[in-house]
Amino acid sequence: MNTSPRYWREIPQRYRLEGGRCTTCGKIHYPPRLICPECKGRAFETVALPLDGKVLTYTVVHVGPSGFSDETPYALGIIELAGGVRLMSQIVDVDLESLKVGMPVRMEFRCIQKEGASGLLCYGHKCVPA
Amino acid sequence: MRDVAVIGVGMNRWGELWDKSLRAIFVESALAAMDDAGVDHIDAMLIGCMTSGLFTEQEHLASLLSDYLAVNPVGAVRVESACSSGGNAVRLGLIQVASGAADIVLVGGVEKMTDVDGGGATAALATAADTEYESYHGATFPALYALIARAHMERYGTTREQLASVAVKNHENGSLNPRAQFRNKLTIEDVLNSSAVADPLRLLDCSPITDGSAAVILAPVEMAKKLGKPVVKITGSGIATDSIALHSRDDLTYLKATERAAEQAYAQAGIGPKDVDFAEVHDCFTIAEICVTEALGFFERGQGARAAQAGETSRNGKRPVNASGGLKSKGHPVGATGVAQIVELTEQLRGTAGDRQLKSPRRGLAQNMGGTGGSTTVHILEVTP
Repeated sequence: MNTSPRYWREIPQRYRLEGGRCTTCGKIHYPPRLICPECKGRAFETVALPLDGKVLTYTVVHVGPSGFSDETPYALGIIELAGGVRLMSQIVDVDLESLKVGMPVRMEFRCIQKEGASGLLCYGHKCVPA
Repeated sequence: MRDVAVIGVGMNRWGELWDKSLRAIFVESALAAMDDAGVDHIDAMLIGCMTSGLFTEQEHLASLLSDYLAVNPVGAVRVESACSSGGNAVRLGLIQVASGAADIVLVGGVEKMTDVDGGGATAALATAADTEYESYHGATFPALYALIARAHMERYGTTREQLASVAVKNHENGSLNPRAQFRNKLTIEDVLNSSAVADPLRLLDCSPITDGSAAVILAPVEMAKKLGKPVVKITGSGIATDSIALHSRDDLTYLKATERAAEQAYAQAGIGPKDVDFAEVHDCFTIAEICVTEALGFFERGQGARAAQAGETSRNGKRPVNASGGLKSKGHPVGATGVAQIVELTEQLRGTAGDRQLKSPRRGLAQNMGGTGGSTTVHILEVTP
């Protein structure tokens, strides 16, 4: 059974979309890291990611894992946010037939899943067509 | 460092082995490998297994399996690197023999995947992705490879039919392999009309859920020469990692860890991609084989799909890929796959591959990867008749 600290410690990234900007080379990492893969810098400042981005690639999931099987079909994409940070997100409130590589999207705060037997509500961001 | 040979191989038929336990599946192939090598003891043992804990609620495999193989006490370690656990075990066994730490090493791989239901298996496999930033959002392995496939199609014009041609080829090959889980042949239409799993990938683009095991015995080449069989030497070995999360990669269509591991293996063997006669590669999904053949340097970037469709990787093509049927047809018990690739290379190089035997190959390559390419091993084997 998962415990609440596992969920709680990811809240800054998931609720506020916070990344870490390397103060040495300027690269922004999401989620934040302790050492920069680009320059090995170890000093970071917390930055809020922009909410606007575009779809780099996408898929429509028809067979979901435990916890998501009631939601199929749903769209998943790799989103590149303004400024270049990339992340994985569901693409929602969209006609699945209209999905396109390059389509503009905007990140919105949403419920992501109900976790485990306790049904803990887990939040984060999904994106919608912009 | 000593030169190392494969002196024994063992593997049974793969599939949904309801009547066999994890330990029985392993011991069968391990005994077959020891019998093939003609050895009655081993100095060390490596076990590739991804997640026996999630599939069967059994960890501590090194001890369980050494006990049931009746080789206690022995230096045994279980190796985990998702679907490349087997390849990683092979590499560590190779290093033990090469360094002189051990003379006779058994490298096994095993996975028992059908003791959980489909959702449980999908969730267990998803732990090979980034749990907090990929799986959290509902990503499955078919979904992650679908994201790669879409990007490849957008960038290079790769078509659905080209993807399907990989599955058709591998089932054609697997139909000749008595150990394969699925020996039925497929048509392009079968693949295109199979049920959608993660668009654009369909059911017949995906490797199956499989129970199975494979084992090889590694020993110094000097020992292998006394056995009266063709000597199959491991001439190159490479290993590399890449970011576990797909979104952290600069190029979504390119398997950098495979390129890097292959560079190391080619350099050690003193060859290039053109010198490889045949290969067993990690076709967990049709798009994976295409990306792998590009990263291995068999084809230019973006040309893997065209080459597969043109038959260049068929068993009668320029460079056969997955003559065993690959993961797609032979099956994919994840931790066993990397070891089974070495079994196939060895049998092809010895000339004992039966109906699926290729025309006197001299040099074969095995590429095994974990997750979406976050970990990869490459091995090159050569035969001295």
